[in-house]
Amino acid sequence: MSFNIDERYKKMNKGEVLLAYKGSITAELITNVLGVVESKLDHVISKSITKKKIYNILVESLQNLYHHVDDLPDEINEGMDIHFGIFVISKVDEQYVIRTGNFLKNDKVKKLKERLDKIKSLSKDELKELYKFVLNNQKFSDKGGGGLGLIDIARRTDGRVDYEFDEFDDNYSFFNLNITI
Amino acid sequence: MESISIEGTPKTPTVNFDAATGIVEIKGRSIPENSIEFYRPLVEWLEEYSKEPQKLTTVNIQLEYFNTSSSKCILDVFKKLEAIKKARNEVVINWYYEEDDEDMLEAGEDYESIIRIPFKMIEVVD
Repeated sequence: MSFNIDERYKKMNKGEVLLAYKGSITAELITNVLGVVESKLDHVISKSITKKKIYNILVESLQNLYHHVDDLPDEINEGMDIHFGIFVISKVDEQYVIRTGNFLKNDKVKKLKERLDKIKSLSKDELKELYKFVLNNQKFSDKGGGGLGLIDIARRTDGRVDYEFDEFDDNYSFFNLNITI
Repeated sequence: MESISIEGTPKTPTVNFDAATGIVEIKGRSIPENSIEFYRPLVEWLEEYSKEPQKLTTVNIQLEYFNTSSSKCILDVFKKLEAIKKARNEVVINWYYEEDDEDMLEAGEDYESIIRIPFKMIEVVD
């Protein structure tokens, strides 16, 4: 197998790591992480607006994980935690980077790629219009996500959102999202 | 009509809806994973209130953070308020944002451009 989760995790732990996690993504975990990160940010950043931006993006990216993680089937997951996901918050060259990773069914990859490419290609004003359109016109998905998370992240970072897909097997890929703030 | 009074948590806002005074307030953080559950009773309350609203309804929204899951629910709240205004009642919306928080100011402007009630943008200086 070419994809190795530990190697991927190592690769994500770049820069000065503030917090790294690998395991089940639950609502309680997110609450705890947000608490920890908030008090950490209070120590390292003095500008309230920068803190707020990082916090906002962290909320969206963790909740995106929470809503969109696909579990690997039992026979191949080798005892991995259910609802498995990875995230790393680090500082690289004076910028903050949030990386998330999760398994995703291959049949969702194409649509997600197209969506990300579209979002990345839009200007600030176009993102604003798309956000307002989705806000006003689209219903919640059955997972509770509003379809706005990625657009919101792109708006707050001026489109500095990158992604990578690692093929895991015929049915699953590992989706990496890198956000620079 | 009973008022709503909910204390805030790390993921949900403080809410005070008072039919007797016509004051509707949401303050704090709104970042639950699933916002529909939290906002449903608020939207239902406004639906009931809209049958017999005060002449003047004053809305104070002062959010430090809100996630995109909440953003749709907040729009539902505003749409109920828009209906109250359409029925020829006065509705004043005060949108508070922290000094220099351009993102929060812009979020208010986004809502303002979707619903047909002008917002009063109020910058809060520490």
